[in-house]
Amino acid sequence: MGLRRFIVKRVLLTIPILFGVSIVTFGMVHLTPGDPIDVLVSFNPDVGPAEEAALRERYGYNLPVWEQYLRWMGNVLQGDLGPVITRSGVSVNDVIMSRLPETIVLGLFGWVFALVIAIPTGIYAAVNKDELGDHVSRFIALSGISIPNFWLGLMLILFGALVFNIWPVLPPRNGLLSLDTLWFLVMPGLTIGTASASTLMRIMRSSMAEELNKEYVTAARAKGLPERTVILKHVLRNSLISVTTVAAFLTANIVAGSVVVEVVFSWPGLGQEFVQAITSREVNLILAITLFTGVALVLANLLADIVYAMLDPRIRYD
Amino acid sequence: MSTQRGRIQISGFDTEQVTEREPLSDWTAGGTGGGTEGRWHRAWRQFKSNRTAMIGLGVVAIMVVLTTFARPVDIAGITVQPISLAPFDPQKSLFLEPGSNVEAYDPPSLAHPMGTDASGRDLFSRVMVGGRASISIGFVVVFITAGFGLVYGAVAGYYGGWVDEVMMRIVDTVFAFPALVLALVIIAILGGGYWQLVAAFAFPGWAGYARLIRGEILSVKQNQYVTAAQALGARDRSVIFRHIVPNAIAPLIVQASLSIGTVVIGVAALGFLGLGFPPGTPEWGTMLDATRETLIQGPGGSIPWWATVFPGGAIFIFVMAMNMIGDGVNDALDAQSNVDVEQGGGN
Repeated sequence: MGLRRFIVKRVLLTIPILFGVSIVTFGMVHLTPGDPIDVLVSFNPDVGPAEEAALRERYGYNLPVWEQYLRWMGNVLQGDLGPVITRSGVSVNDVIMSRLPETIVLGLFGWVFALVIAIPTGIYAAVNKDELGDHVSRFIALSGISIPNFWLGLMLILFGALVFNIWPVLPPRNGLLSLDTLWFLVMPGLTIGTASASTLMRIMRSSMAEELNKEYVTAARAKGLPERTVILKHVLRNSLISVTTVAAFLTANIVAGSVVVEVVFSWPGLGQEFVQAITSREVNLILAITLFTGVALVLANLLADIVYAMLDPRIRYD
Repeated sequence: MSTQRGRIQISGFDTEQVTEREPLSDWTAGGTGGGTEGRWHRAWRQFKSNRTAMIGLGVVAIMVVLTTFARPVDIAGITVQPISLAPFDPQKSLFLEPGSNVEAYDPPSLAHPMGTDASGRDLFSRVMVGGRASISIGFVVVFITAGFGLVYGAVAGYYGGWVDEVMMRIVDTVFAFPALVLALVIIAILGGGYWQLVAAFAFPGWAGYARLIRGEILSVKQNQYVTAAQALGARDRSVIFRHIVPNAIAPLIVQASLSIGTVVIGVAALGFLGLGFPPGTPEWGTMLDATRETLIQGPGGSIPWWATVFPGGAIFIFVMAMNMIGDGVNDALDAQSNVDVEQGGGN
């Protein structure tokens, strides 16, 4: 199968999944007993039954569920995610547009940390397999997978900010790309990236170790190439392919991590907004963020698969 | 043969007659003197010789015993476990006691090895009891999800065709969300509480097992003993669960043992976000929820580090030990599935 056909097939397979994602999101949220109007009315005892019914009609909560779904989907496809009911005059679009960049910057920091830490350590561990350095780095990777990210964040605040006084505790108020903000992001970035770095390091180590046993490595060494060239030019390239297979999984890790890490570091991103939406039962916001996450990850998966197929033509023939 | 339904007897094969083997095959009559050894037995032997995994098992055992016996356990009004190892009542503010000199945020001392929390409660007792919810939810969720995922994946993989296609698209859909995001939405719907948390983590959890076991089944069902069992007239259920699943289940067990820690962290994370249990509940994650503010602005200028370090440290140690077990299980089951390759390939 050619690359083009592979991509077309893979994109077509994505469509039912995106449809499923929208159904699951909508279905879950609308299983809630009571709707946002109930929540709104419970804050305001002056609202009579007539006004309640009018509100319900205005936001479409009086319709059957399938019709609500179609209306919602229709609006979403036109790029309208609906109003934030508990905050007057604010739309879900506004919230997402203002919070998304913060989350993306944090996520990128996490990704960069994961790559910068995991790839060199993975190479080192695979080359020095079963030696002391390998054991130590594997132990650290196991700890990194096991440590709860919110506790790691709290401990970093405790030590970095309070004991050694080298990091700010709260995010600075000047722009997203200022030096202060980037310095502040070191801690949350480290927190969000640790689990991914550890997973990635373990994968790098095992795929490098596997590649090192292959015959082309022996051939490269036999023709007298320096070990450095063998490792960095031959082995690394092939084992980096396995990184693309987990890229989507790691992205999901970082997205889930952002929910918790943003709360720990008071970072004003989508994750923090999500937790607030859940506490205040802000249905439109919960719907939008869940759907957004699902769609983003489906597309990340698609992209990872396509990159994988480009790098390793063998899998197109499966 | 008709008396032993589902068993296949092989006759005409005498192991004594097989005397010549490939010289390169490394085959020996086995370490146990010619007798055969079941694969689970062999895996357990492998696991026992893995020091890291055994340390993990020891730590998990100690922590499970400590949380279980920290305070009496009542189920439906009947006390099933009367022992109380925790030195203080985890729910009681000790400074309310007449004649007590305990205050809020007392640093660790001999009487209170982990200090006291914001309400003057003994942290050591709270940490001991605090693992109950997360640890038991971890095991319950993995049991439910692995069981359901096994049946789901086995059915999809065995029948194949459009059944498989539809069932796997559902799996893909659930898989599209990070588990924590789905768990948060479910908690938003159901509210906090023990069984609500079980549901929150069971709903996204099964899909991984289903996908894993389906892949295994696809390769195992190619084996001739499956065709043989079908030819002998075994029913589908019997073919799937007696002949295929036992040969496909090893990766599922590895996955399950590694997932317990993930669920424990997830439950604690929801507790930390204030969505798992009511504030003040002695639960590892919920205990940390209360401490975040103290780190940003310590009460009276000093920071009660013990309120943050100990509950989180308990989660970390438990999950670490659980992952050490998981890695050990992986090695034990992996090693034995590689045996065939090494025997045949001789590389």
